[in-house]
Amino acid sequence: MATLHTRSAARLMMAPSVLLLLAWMIIPLAMTIYFSFLRYNLLMPGMEEYAGFSNYSYFLTDPAFFTAIANTLLIVVGVLLITVVGGILFALLLDQPMFGQGIVRILVIAPFFVMPTVSALVWKNMFMNPVNGLFAWIAKSFGFQPIDWFASVPLFSIIIIVAWQWLPFATLIMLTALQSLDEEQKEAAEMDGAGAFSKFFYIILPHMARAITVVVLIQTIFLLSVFAEILVTTNGGPGIQSTNLTYLVYAQALLQFDIGGASAGGIVAVILANIVPFSRVRLIGKNLEA
Amino acid sequence: MARKVTTRRKLVMTAIAWVLGLMIFFPILWTFLTSFKTEADAIASPPQFLFFHWTLENYHEVQSRSDYFKHFSNSVIISFGSTLIGLIIAIPSAWAMAFAPTKKTKDVLMWMLSTKMMPPVGALIPIYLLFQSFGLLDSRIGLVMVLTLINLPIIVWMLYTYFKEIPGEILEAARMDGASLMKEIAYVLTPMAVPGIASTLLLNIILAWNEAFWTLNLTASKAAPLTTFIASYSSPEGLFYAKLSAASTMAIAPILILGWFSQKQLVRGLTFGAVK
Repeated sequence: MATLHTRSAARLMMAPSVLLLLAWMIIPLAMTIYFSFLRYNLLMPGMEEYAGFSNYSYFLTDPAFFTAIANTLLIVVGVLLITVVGGILFALLLDQPMFGQGIVRILVIAPFFVMPTVSALVWKNMFMNPVNGLFAWIAKSFGFQPIDWFASVPLFSIIIIVAWQWLPFATLIMLTALQSLDEEQKEAAEMDGAGAFSKFFYIILPHMARAITVVVLIQTIFLLSVFAEILVTTNGGPGIQSTNLTYLVYAQALLQFDIGGASAGGIVAVILANIVPFSRVRLIGKNLEA
Repeated sequence: MARKVTTRRKLVMTAIAWVLGLMIFFPILWTFLTSFKTEADAIASPPQFLFFHWTLENYHEVQSRSDYFKHFSNSVIISFGSTLIGLIIAIPSAWAMAFAPTKKTKDVLMWMLSTKMMPPVGALIPIYLLFQSFGLLDSRIGLVMVLTLINLPIIVWMLYTYFKEIPGEILEAARMDGASLMKEIAYVLTPMAVPGIASTLLLNIILAWNEAFWTLNLTASKAAPLTTFIASYSSPEGLFYAKLSAASTMAIAPILILGWFSQKQLVRGLTFGAVK
């Protein structure tokens, strides 16, 4: 259908976005790779020299690196667990006939629109603060000792905050998938005597498989790079207990001014982020074409 | 055929859903309420829910002490600016991919999506240093550039999924009638594409408004949008819950309202059209 004329026009029309994205992908990455082989500290300008793989060996043998990797994965897995399970349950609930369904839906999706710095600070101060927070008050009124959330379970606290932000996204997508389920199929199963559980596991869950995959894939991309929530609550601490890879690289570069070491860390982060989800880019694409 | 539902079951579901929904929403509600309290009421124990001395003092103070409107207008300029520039760049390419697809189109789309897989820390250091040497740190122009680039793949994908739904026959007909490419775009495509473009615009403004990696790293004060402005409350002096709440309410209210309007497009946009 496309003539030669339109084809070259099409190429011209695509050029700006393709070239810009190409530049955005290649230039910073090439520079990061280049820096990662230099001994380069912002406090000692003009002293840059070739350092071989020493930045990598420094970064990869730093115990902080392994803590950061573990924390990164814990955040991803923890938030995914809460949001996927919670999202399915909320979607099932919201799919039931009820009064004021639209309003409940609006209430549930609201956290998604709250900027990360606001949600982190509100949770940290007004809920999780061991003296003035609401959680502390609830604990005290039941006669328990309040928990100092960010001192004793910093990573878990961050997981809760991030999960609160992503639960709406999961719920909304699961609900959209659920509502596309054929009502008659459920009825047929009921007539065959299927109980609530077998209906859920044999009809509803398989139907939602694609939505679940999409939620996991898209959230993983964002969750690997959680940053603001850590910066405004714990600064990665106490110690490095809540430092993830993104925060570690940030701290190395902009707090310690070690450009070489941080660049090596950045490259490690890029490689890690690409190992898991990269092959799955096609999966989203496949779903799109269907 | 609608199934019969007993009123009792419906009432029970209503109660459960409202309780859980309000629990999820509670932090936002609580922030809103606290923003009207005095600092003393904000930390009162037991907590004051409605029967406290309502005051607008915090809003005045947030504006007079830290110039909220400056940061608000930075947020507006940065999110609208990056989205509009992104749309200008993306519309032609999404149009080309939807209506003149080649064998490579799918690969190009996949590749664009894969640029989103790159963790931002991989680019942080060079961008920071480049910005430093070009004097772009803490500038709105710099931030607009970065946010345009990070949201460009999403904009292209969203537009592509919307454009694909426009029937090609209409374009063929226009072409047969001798419409040129430009006329085709202006008179045939644009009217049909406006709803898709509008929801792309809306979703990307929301994403850019709430973006908190680049904004926090590349701005400090002059060009700081609301994300960075709120982050300054992480090292508070004295009592500050009510002021934090007022600042937070003002930071999230505009986008919360926009977001509620866009909830349908949200699913589609954020899943790149995979879930509709």
